[in-house]
Amino acid sequence: MTLLLASFAPPYWLSTLIKVLVVSAVVPTTALILGMVFLFKIMSWMQSRLGPQEAGPRGTLQLLADGVKFLQKEDIAPNGADRWVFKVAPLVVLMSTLLLYVALPASMHLVVANLDVGVFFVLAISSLSVIGVLMAGWASASKYSLMGALRAAGQLIAYELPMVLAVIGVVIQAGTMSLNGIVLAQNNGAIFGWGGIGFPYILTQFLGFFIFIAAVQAELTQPPFDMPVAESEIVSGYQVEYTGFRFLIFFLAEFATAFAFAAIAAVMFLGGWAVPWLPTSSDWYYVLGPIVLFAKVMIVAFIIFWVRFTYPRFREDQLQSLAWKVLIPLALVNIVVTAVLKVVL
Amino acid sequence: MSQLSSADTETPEAAAPEIDEAREAVLADITARLGDGVVGSHIRPGDDLWVRVDRANWVAAAEAAKAMGYRFFDFLSAIDWLPSPFGRDMDSQEDRIVSGTPAKEPEAMVQGYAGGESRFQLLARVYSISAGMGITFKCDLPDDDLSVATWSNVYAGANWHEREAREMFGFTFDGHPNMINLYLPADFVGHPLRKDFPLLARRVRPWPGIVDVEPMPGVADEEGEGE
Amino acid sequence: MTAVSDPQSVAALAAEAVDNRVNLDFETEGMTLNMGPQHPATHGTLRIIARLDGEQVISAEPMCGYMHRGYEKLTEVRTYPQINALINRIDWLGSFANEVPFILAAEKLMGVEAPPRAQWIRTILFEMSRIANISLFLGDFGLQLGGMTAGFYAFRDREWVLNQIESATGGRFHPNFDRIGGLKDDLPKGWIESSHTAMDKLLAFCDELEDLLVGNEIFQARTRGIGVIPAEIALSYGLSGANLRASGVDWDLRRDNCPPGLVYDKADWKVWTHPDGDCFARTWVRLQETREAAKIVKQLLDTIPSGPVMAKVPRIIKVPEGEAYVATENPLGEMGYYVVSKGDLVPFRVKIRSASFNNISIVPWVARGAYVPDLISILGSLYFILGDIDR
Repeated sequence: MTLLLASFAPPYWLSTLIKVLVVSAVVPTTALILGMVFLFKIMSWMQSRLGPQEAGPRGTLQLLADGVKFLQKEDIAPNGADRWVFKVAPLVVLMSTLLLYVALPASMHLVVANLDVGVFFVLAISSLSVIGVLMAGWASASKYSLMGALRAAGQLIAYELPMVLAVIGVVIQAGTMSLNGIVLAQNNGAIFGWGGIGFPYILTQFLGFFIFIAAVQAELTQPPFDMPVAESEIVSGYQVEYTGFRFLIFFLAEFATAFAFAAIAAVMFLGGWAVPWLPTSSDWYYVLGPIVLFAKVMIVAFIIFWVRFTYPRFREDQLQSLAWKVLIPLALVNIVVTAVLKVVL
Repeated sequence: MSQLSSADTETPEAAAPEIDEAREAVLADITARLGDGVVGSHIRPGDDLWVRVDRANWVAAAEAAKAMGYRFFDFLSAIDWLPSPFGRDMDSQEDRIVSGTPAKEPEAMVQGYAGGESRFQLLARVYSISAGMGITFKCDLPDDDLSVATWSNVYAGANWHEREAREMFGFTFDGHPNMINLYLPADFVGHPLRKDFPLLARRVRPWPGIVDVEPMPGVADEEGEGE
Repeated sequence: MTAVSDPQSVAALAAEAVDNRVNLDFETEGMTLNMGPQHPATHGTLRIIARLDGEQVISAEPMCGYMHRGYEKLTEVRTYPQINALINRIDWLGSFANEVPFILAAEKLMGVEAPPRAQWIRTILFEMSRIANISLFLGDFGLQLGGMTAGFYAFRDREWVLNQIESATGGRFHPNFDRIGGLKDDLPKGWIESSHTAMDKLLAFCDELEDLLVGNEIFQARTRGIGVIPAEIALSYGLSGANLRASGVDWDLRRDNCPPGLVYDKADWKVWTHPDGDCFARTWVRLQETREAAKIVKQLLDTIPSGPVMAKVPRIIKVPEGEAYVATENPLGEMGYYVVSKGDLVPFRVKIRSASFNNISIVPWVARGAYVPDLISILGSLYFILGDIDR
């Protein structure tokens, strides 16, 4: 079967159609999976309370029920809002998420666009969402929304930098900016000549991994960096005026982005879609690749959500000083050390 | 209006002639500081001290208390000594008016501890943490001029209490920084805690009388039946 | 704690302190943010009109009254036992504690004293209400600072003490169990043992919360040095309870001026103070207070004397003429009732001195110059119950 897939070479229009359909199906699915597993089940378990029980077996269909509930609600634009901007803003946020999935490799060939500058692409695209957030905040004509959007803009810009810098260490070590290239470099690598588990970069780039995850938390506006949507201060910030499916789109985009970032982290630090004992050239990865990647994503996502459920939130200025005074210098040190070692070794 | 109490209503309980020396000393101190400003006082030994000052010395009393170490501000409010025109008990006079029965004779106005001369009496309490004692200040306000100087410069916490007293009783506090309503809407008419302000809930649904007295455990029935 | 000899200087001191925090020279045309009456951080219906310069608060003015129920007026047309049910609703998280000072004031005027067993049980239930109240504060404050999990833990472990209150009084939130001269009923069978278990759970909850929240670096960054209230300012605003002790004033009505009818002197416990006066100090003092309350309960449970729980009082309660002010150390601070009786079935006037009213009146002072997130820390750590402000 795997050979069949490998020899499957559809015409351009069909492959494009397939890619569009796959991405637009994968994005809500991953959001649902993360929402279900982490937001409902693991969060309930950590907080020693019951999660949803009624919808479907063991409450597994709760998110679908919630989604349907959102779709049933009226689409309200506040009086005085900039209606077009207000309505388009969630879609801009979602677009940034969809584009993230374009470059994510689920195996050597299971990738929508195997870009040579994949790392550059995903990091650039991920900052597009701030435009949508600013649009939402401004167009809502609400002071809470505006404050939330301004906080989000400041935060997303501040954490873009440590995120990029953290990744540079990986890029230096792999010698490529292609995401697939990074996966191959890790799995074909060897630790002092021992190639038993390949060479996942988390071993050398642990600092980079830490900074990346911290920056991801901030990009996702999750605790401890959730000031833009702090419900006890500014009543969920830029989302406050949204109802129905537009709110649902924000929700989908947040969780799908969480999944995408977890996947990027898995690709860059944990060896991506490959397992060490199976050569990366194996055709089994057509089936195995997505499964392995999914497993690694769930591990990273667990860390992200674990932090989310545990910590209180920073204050805006504390967040900025953490980014500029701690994370960025650390990332720079990481780059220098990596570069020196790369040259020396 | 009756004046049952005069300036020297300092009546320690005759039955228990215990003297609270600490509170006597505090009272003497206040009297020394305010002179004629203290127009009445009452001591319940081992429990509490009431001092009635005149209106001119209301702020001076606060300053004196603060200088004496009474730095904790407890509360500031007022008492309307007018006997309620709607009856002392639950049997609302309102219903009598509706049903045409003659109203009760208005009762005499009787002020409480430390005496009093007017219908409205300010009531404030400060506390000394080191001494472990409180002083309850009272001050008569004449009906035709319900204004008094503010305490909020001495005790900052009096700010809100005076705002509450203003809207509930209709006083004016001279020099208060922010004399706006605290609880009531800006267009509210009347002063709810005055005794002649009717409680509308009672008009709409008259008091049914005491019907739900449960017997106390272990008490025989000789104490009498409901009134 | 410095003594201020000139009374006027408190106002001057306050003005100077707030001006130092706000740079008036660079004040631009601000924005007015209307927080509430429906805002998550005001748990209830407090409305705060904040004038902002960016994220800095230039002035914050709380607007109360959205839940004003006129209790002081209502008490004038209700009999004493009925008032007992009414005042349960003032601080609805620690309801039993509201009843006690009023009942004690009535007992003082009547010259009645509750039998020892009733005093013991009263004190135990009083401390249980304190735990029920403050444990929710600890979780809720975490919730407001974004630490969701603490809130759920608090709700989970608060059940233990609520169950005890319920099984003893029949009411989870509004026991209405206190009577003039004693208590409505004796304790149910097995209550003492189950209370010991509940208190152990609560002590474990305190440890867990200290690990999860109070010891957390982010929590400390959000609360340390935020909303500092000097002792002198706190006293002149009439702050009481943990808010005052967090400013370094060693004063607890349970220890220093315990009204007769409560037996705090029969237990070995401690009053905790903190010198800092900031949001962290207030949280920390409350955490310790919860522990001490659990300890008090455990000690008193072992020494409950036997005997009746009700003194001999008339069926129709008429309180003799007189005035009395009785205050106790409630979960939120000093709560007192100034009762004026004219010898009737109903009191002539009841002034309810509730702790939150004074505690929250300091907000305009302390919030000035803070950031909006700090305003949340300050409001959360001052800890008010809306019913306790508005009455």
